[in-house]
Amino acid sequence: MKYKDYYETLGVKRDASADDIKKAYRKLARKYHPDVSKDPAGEEKFKDVSEAYKTLKDPEARAAYDNLGKHRPGEDFRPPPDWGQGSGDGSFSYEDVDLSDLFAAFGGRGRRGGSIPIPGQDFEVNAPITIEEAWRGTELELNLSVPEHDGAGGVRRVPLVFKARIPKGVTDGEKLRLPGKGGKGLNGGPNGSLYLNISFKPHALYRAVGHDLYLDLPLSPWEAALGASVEVPTLAGPVRLKVPAGTNSGQKLRLAKRGLPKRGEGEGNLFAIVQIVVPPAPTDREKALFKDLADASKFDPRAAFPKGDGK
Amino acid sequence: MKIQITDAKWLCEHPEVSLEELVELSGLSTELLRELVDYGALAPIDLQSAETAASQTEVRSTQWRFTADCVVAVQTVSRLREDFDLDANALSVAMMLIERIHGLEAQLQELQSQLPQLKRQAQTR
Repeated sequence: MKYKDYYETLGVKRDASADDIKKAYRKLARKYHPDVSKDPAGEEKFKDVSEAYKTLKDPEARAAYDNLGKHRPGEDFRPPPDWGQGSGDGSFSYEDVDLSDLFAAFGGRGRRGGSIPIPGQDFEVNAPITIEEAWRGTELELNLSVPEHDGAGGVRRVPLVFKARIPKGVTDGEKLRLPGKGGKGLNGGPNGSLYLNISFKPHALYRAVGHDLYLDLPLSPWEAALGASVEVPTLAGPVRLKVPAGTNSGQKLRLAKRGLPKRGEGEGNLFAIVQIVVPPAPTDREKALFKDLADASKFDPRAAFPKGDGK
Repeated sequence: MKIQITDAKWLCEHPEVSLEELVELSGLSTELLRELVDYGALAPIDLQSAETAASQTEVRSTQWRFTADCVVAVQTVSRLREDFDLDANALSVAMMLIERIHGLEAQLQELQSQLPQLKRQAQTR
């Protein structure tokens, strides 16, 4: 088992008062809590902070933790032989145990010995998927390591490997639930749920907003001016889009029902955002033609600007 | 080893959830959820106005229906209560602010999605 220095995590001395520990925790929680902080690394940090506080705030658990002695963080160690709560004859292996699991039983210990049904713990997992996977639905293989109670107060990490079928129609940021896939309930309590936090991986072409998709549609100046029929990639394959004459940059062209499928029925839309691009390295002939156009045209794109004296 | 396949379910089977379902999905007490409705942090779908809400809270709470979005909201409440030790009043203020931030983030994401990618790349450079 790897040692973790809970005092160091909270930034307090080993003899800190309960009040100091609470204050230190609250300060760090405000900084790193995933509901409050935008720090991308906040969630991981908060987990550590929360684990440390859960143990140190409970006088019994804190005393048990102190009894483990002081080790270097990350150092492999075993609790002293007389340490523990119900791990029994010493045959209990600490190899696959996470330090936090040892203390999970404190606080709720009075209840655990009884026969009151305790619902299993809920687990939460991040599930990044591609926009294509959201479009057609997918199967996701999950490899988790979860705590399992042996009923006598001992806890060990067990691997949990299974596939989750993701229905089509999920959106970025949506949560899905796998009932019964969380921790096992004790004394006949129901199993917990496993929650999947769906997020979309960045896509080379599309940006998703709810069930709608946005796509850049680069047009040449002449396509935008004269109108054109252009091929646009959609998730279901390429379609032809008619670009009306006189289309401007930034205009949104809607391809109805070409977005992501909705739960039940219906689909979002695909919006093509027009962007006029000029040839990056025009040939002499192209330059000459643009020059002719410039000479022939009376069009003033800045007619709305106030007329200055040009200084 | 054969890998078992499990269907991931939507947070709730229906687009609407009852108070009991919210209790089950959040682990919060019925009393706390009722309080949050009183403070206006959670709004049942069929509450017409604040006055009828006040007079009918006790009578009608079993018939309350909430939108499915409330499931995520009450789970957030549950985390905040656990991790920050907040009471119902503080929770309702926090919820209001979090909702506003989510609204702004959604708007920001929508606007950013409409910016041409090339321009965005130029900006980040």
